[in-house]
Amino acid sequence: MQGELKAVLVLSDGSVFFGKGFGATGRRVGEIVFTTNMTGYEESLTDPSYAGQILVSTYPLIGNYGTCSEWCESRNLQVEGYCVRQLCGTPRHEKSSASLSKRMEEEGIPGIWGIDTRLLVRTIRNAGVMPACLSVYEKEEDTQELLEMAQRLDYSKINFVEKVSVGKATAYGNGGKKVALIDYGVKMGIIRELCNRGCEVTAFPFNTPAEEILSFCPRGVLVSNGPGDPALLAKESAGLRRLRHLPMFGICLGNQLIAQSAGAKTFKLKFGHRGGNHPVLDIAAGKVAITTQNHGFAVDEKSLPGEFVVTHRNLIDGTVEGIAHRELPIFAVQYHPEANPGPCDSKGLFDRFVGML
Amino acid sequence: MPKRKGIDKVLVIGSGPIVIGQSAEFDYSGSQACASLRAEGVEVVVVNSNPATIQTDREIADIVYTEPLRADFLEQIIEREKPQGLIATMGGQTGLNLAKELHDSGILRKHGVELLGTGIEAIETAEDRGKFKQLMQRLGEPIPQSVAANSFGEAEEFARKHGFPLILRPAFTLGGTGGGIARDWEGFRHLMELGFALSPTHQVLVEESVLGWGEFEYEVMRDSYDNCITICNMENIDPMGVHTGESVVVAPSQTLSDDEHQMLRSAALRIIRALGIEGGCNIQFAVNQKTGEYVVVEVNPRLSRSSALASKATGYPIARVAAKIALGLGLHEIQNAVTRSTPAAFEPSLDYVVVKIPRWPFDKMPEASRVIGTQMKSTGETMAIGRTFEEAFGKALRSIEMKVPPIRKEDIRHHLTAPTDLRIYAILQAFKAGMGKEEIHSLTGIHMWFLDRLEAYAKMELRLKREVFGRNLLYEAKRMGYSDEQIARIVGHEAEMIRQMRKKAGIVPVYKMVDTCAAEFEASTPYYYSTYENENESKPSSRRKVVIIGSGPIRIGQGIEFDYCCCHAAFALRQMGIESIMINNNPETVSTDFDTSDRLYFEPLTYEDVMNVIEHEQPEGVIVQFGGQTSINLAQKLHMAGVRILGTQIEGIDIAEDREKFKALLHELGILQPENATAASEEEAVAAASKIGYPVVVRPSYVIAGRGMQIVHDEDQLRRYIGEAVEVSEKRPVLIDKYIDRAVECEIDGVADGERLFVGGIMEHVERAGVHSGDANNVVPCVKLKPEVQRKILEYSDKIALALGTVGAINIQYVVQNDVIYVLEANPRASRTMPFLSKATGIPLVKLATQVIMGRKLHELGFVEMPKLRHYAVKGVVFPFLKLPGSDSVLGPEMKSTGESMGCDAEFSLAFMKALLGANLKIPQGGGVAISLKDGDKERAAPLAQKLQELGYEVYATPTTATFLGANVRLLKKISDGEPNIISEIKKGRIRMVFNTPKKGRVANTDGFKIRRACLENGIPCITNFEACEALVEALAASRGKKPSIRRIDEYGA
Repeated sequence: MQGELKAVLVLSDGSVFFGKGFGATGRRVGEIVFTTNMTGYEESLTDPSYAGQILVSTYPLIGNYGTCSEWCESRNLQVEGYCVRQLCGTPRHEKSSASLSKRMEEEGIPGIWGIDTRLLVRTIRNAGVMPACLSVYEKEEDTQELLEMAQRLDYSKINFVEKVSVGKATAYGNGGKKVALIDYGVKMGIIRELCNRGCEVTAFPFNTPAEEILSFCPRGVLVSNGPGDPALLAKESAGLRRLRHLPMFGICLGNQLIAQSAGAKTFKLKFGHRGGNHPVLDIAAGKVAITTQNHGFAVDEKSLPGEFVVTHRNLIDGTVEGIAHRELPIFAVQYHPEANPGPCDSKGLFDRFVGML
Repeated sequence: MPKRKGIDKVLVIGSGPIVIGQSAEFDYSGSQACASLRAEGVEVVVVNSNPATIQTDREIADIVYTEPLRADFLEQIIEREKPQGLIATMGGQTGLNLAKELHDSGILRKHGVELLGTGIEAIETAEDRGKFKQLMQRLGEPIPQSVAANSFGEAEEFARKHGFPLILRPAFTLGGTGGGIARDWEGFRHLMELGFALSPTHQVLVEESVLGWGEFEYEVMRDSYDNCITICNMENIDPMGVHTGESVVVAPSQTLSDDEHQMLRSAALRIIRALGIEGGCNIQFAVNQKTGEYVVVEVNPRLSRSSALASKATGYPIARVAAKIALGLGLHEIQNAVTRSTPAAFEPSLDYVVVKIPRWPFDKMPEASRVIGTQMKSTGETMAIGRTFEEAFGKALRSIEMKVPPIRKEDIRHHLTAPTDLRIYAILQAFKAGMGKEEIHSLTGIHMWFLDRLEAYAKMELRLKREVFGRNLLYEAKRMGYSDEQIARIVGHEAEMIRQMRKKAGIVPVYKMVDTCAAEFEASTPYYYSTYENENESKPSSRRKVVIIGSGPIRIGQGIEFDYCCCHAAFALRQMGIESIMINNNPETVSTDFDTSDRLYFEPLTYEDVMNVIEHEQPEGVIVQFGGQTSINLAQKLHMAGVRILGTQIEGIDIAEDREKFKALLHELGILQPENATAASEEEAVAAASKIGYPVVVRPSYVIAGRGMQIVHDEDQLRRYIGEAVEVSEKRPVLIDKYIDRAVECEIDGVADGERLFVGGIMEHVERAGVHSGDANNVVPCVKLKPEVQRKILEYSDKIALALGTVGAINIQYVVQNDVIYVLEANPRASRTMPFLSKATGIPLVKLATQVIMGRKLHELGFVEMPKLRHYAVKGVVFPFLKLPGSDSVLGPEMKSTGESMGCDAEFSLAFMKALLGANLKIPQGGGVAISLKDGDKERAAPLAQKLQELGYEVYATPTTATFLGANVRLLKKISDGEPNIISEIKKGRIRMVFNTPKKGRVANTDGFKIRRACLENGIPCITNFEACEALVEALAASRGKKPSIRRIDEYGA
């Protein structure tokens, strides 16, 4: 029975959390990060931007409403592992088709529950994100081995985009407006928003040459979200320059890549922004939106060349949340206007993009 | 944009006395708003007739008026103070309605006062059912089919079309007053009549029922830049059909998926934008969780009970931010006071679960119907925080401090379906009895997820009974919110043994912070809750520190007054440089505000939970004298555990509470007490009573049917009382006191330092003896008692206070008959009247008491002589009868009032009038007054009637009363003899006030009961005490032709 499983989480700083296991048995390493979203666990777990990471939910009760394909941002669970305080084994929702534990078991993802997740979150907040190893087991586990596994991981060196981008160009929707979407690990929500606005979206593998994209005659380009360090994608961001004459909208990693394509640098945040409650100021309008965030890196404002202007700013730490080209129809945001999970306050950005096509 | 230009003086309207549906939450929001406005450099004028509010303290507002909350008084205040702005949204429905009245009558425009924050149009659209419906239709927001009926015909047509059940809500009433569910034509007609009578706009909303749908609330804020955020969402465990104030509520929502939550959140933002609210508002939705559809149920365009709960549940100070928004600041320009590093434009993230449980007054009103529904009946609530639902729920259950009457197995279904206030207990019992979850679900409509949790909670009891009781099980039980005492009871140990066992096994709670952000950022506000986890975030300081034990949920007999005292104790400690540590669990109050004390523990007030905090914090002592019965009850156990009780010692408390010891003490001091006895059987009681002589006051030492004290006049009554209401045995004797008839009751509040007593004042009851001191109108200084009697009372008080070793607050109650003084009781702790007396005298008695408790002496503080007042201050009272169908408004020795008002003026009668107006009584200036009196009162009523006639009132009387009243009295029939009778003439609007003194004893007087209910339901004053009638007529005469005077509270002064 699932409830009998044991689990242990070992952080690279030597912290050890013993708890109960759920999902699949086995060991996984990943960068440990936390999200402050109180709902939307399945959206997060299936968000390709979480590839290579072990996720912690700050909200303690997880699994209450089960799982359902409608709530998925990609076909599969993308995280390496999941840490929660209290797992609900008997979900109660009309749409639920399986419990969270069942779904994780089917996809081979281990989970740990019953631990002091607030302590875990405070550890990450104080020390920054770090590698960790999660193991779900039946009998015994060697924490020293897990610690070594964790310490061997270098998250920043791994190109997770390769693993989550589409294999070949894939079309969605049948509206008239052709949009090329460069898929670095796109959330379905982005595609859905575009399709709902009459776009015909073709998702291209992240390393598709610009010429190939142009040959498809798109009216605009969406540079998607995705996992990992943008610095690993220097070649791809350079390629974006050749698409500059088209309306271009970047989201999250897309924001960083567009900035990088103009010569800007990015830097790693201590513990990232992940959740659905950060205020972002639209500088020109003087208005605030509550946003969904999921990023570990941010654009270094000082390195941003003069052709770009910072349009949005995070009101908590002042980091760049959006940029736009002064002349060309290029704009990008660091947060997630498609929500899923999180607030829908910024969906107007899709209208803006589609209006430019 | 920074703060609005040209606004430097603002009027804030409070909510008046505590009533059901409008409790301490508005003192909380009002106080926070005042502090917030002042921090922006704005001068604040507060008007609130409730003296037991922090808001009316001079430290909180610049200028304070405790005048009645009526447009004519307000206009004078506006004329004099000339504020540029008015904030209407901090004083509950009372404040909102008053602001609307001031606007509609042109008073605001005339004096150039701008409504700040949420404007009149937004208020009207949200409150007027018709306009609201139009707006929702324009936005495409689904609402239940409804009609805002201005006539019975309109309502009837709708009912024919839609069928029953239907929800009826009178417009512009508070806490759903007069609303209900009509299941048939009879109920429909009754509720329509009631609704028309109660709605100030004579409008009733008739609405299609969404009974059984899930109920969700969103607390939303918007600023003048159109920035919107949601603070928190909440889910009612009781589905639609039970008022949210009556529901067990959990935050955040537990059963919504993210898309559902966002659907409602987005709708909430659309609505607040369309309304144009600038400040906070509360939006309620009903969700059909089978289909995913929702409807918008209601919008409150102001701060509310729910916003207070949301503030405490998240740590986000909604009122503080709303006040700044009203000054024109944007959410992004305001700092989050909890983290001090993030802006107010931020949505709190919780990493715990909050459960709120209401506190109902049925223990005090056994005759009232326990069925709960769309109208509020609860007086207060408690909140608990845990890391799981079960933990928060278990903590909330013990925070509520209610003796749950046993639920018979055959009654379980009744409690589940009706539902009653006992539903939550009945569910637990049903699980233990093996009733199936599906069945409970079908009877209650409660979401299966909650039933799963409640089942897990209930089944822990069975596990504790059956499984091997070891460390793991104990740990699991603690993590599920079980108390040591609960576990002890189940496994058959002493609670202390479980505690020791637990500590030995290393199972001790840790404290986690409520920080608005789920630990994402560092927070600086030390607001903690306990849980069983690994990391303890609470780091005790090395300063001098003292724990203050709060008073828990507001209930009849233990209201906001005690919270006021606890706050003042915290303020005093801060002034002395001593760290104050508050423990309390009432989310509505100022004491649980994040900056009232230096450290706040939001915890149940049981020995276990309090002791845990003490062991962790290691304070130099604990103050127990300000939290009412709740804190005083803990004193003995804490003392036994070696905790230092500050102020009056256990011995003194014990003497005052122990009848025999107190009797001996008075004997020794040579002070009289009404003759009394203790009886261990019915026969003993009868013998004792006849020896003492009837009438006697009887009360059980152990309450079973919720019946408390009663005055009995003969043996029959005594036997009936004992047979019906109380258990009597050796262990649980009945207490019998001589009832001192035709006498004056009075009481003193004072502060003693162990050497001398400083008395703040002698408060004399307006009513004759026999009315509970909490229900009596009080006046200070004395009107009837002779100076030498007063001197004697001070002398006695001094002796008693010193003999009890009082250090700190003391209250002593007396009854005076023919100048002979008897002591009724002495309470060496803060009393209900302490805030009133502090306001009346301008002397902060609680702060003084706290200083004395911490070792200061009265003479060095400069308080020796009782202050001589140049004015009269009268404490008026407010009763909850209207909200409690089945209850009778007759007063007796059992306290029934929920709140109080204060009226001050140069003459007693004018002050009394203000107190009555301040207590929301609608005293007519003309029209008919009906008089129906009991024997003994009739005979002395002729002058009363004559005076009324001289004042231009028409006097009506019932047959027997009429014979004593002389000529020109309009004769009414007994109700059973047909019309015209009191009720028919009330309904016709001819009778606008009733004097009805009920027969002696509790014999159900059906006519009298019907008359009093008719008064309540038609909103006309019904005075049930002869002395109060006399004082009222005096007051009417004195105030006739005079413009009511207004003064700032410190202008009355000593």
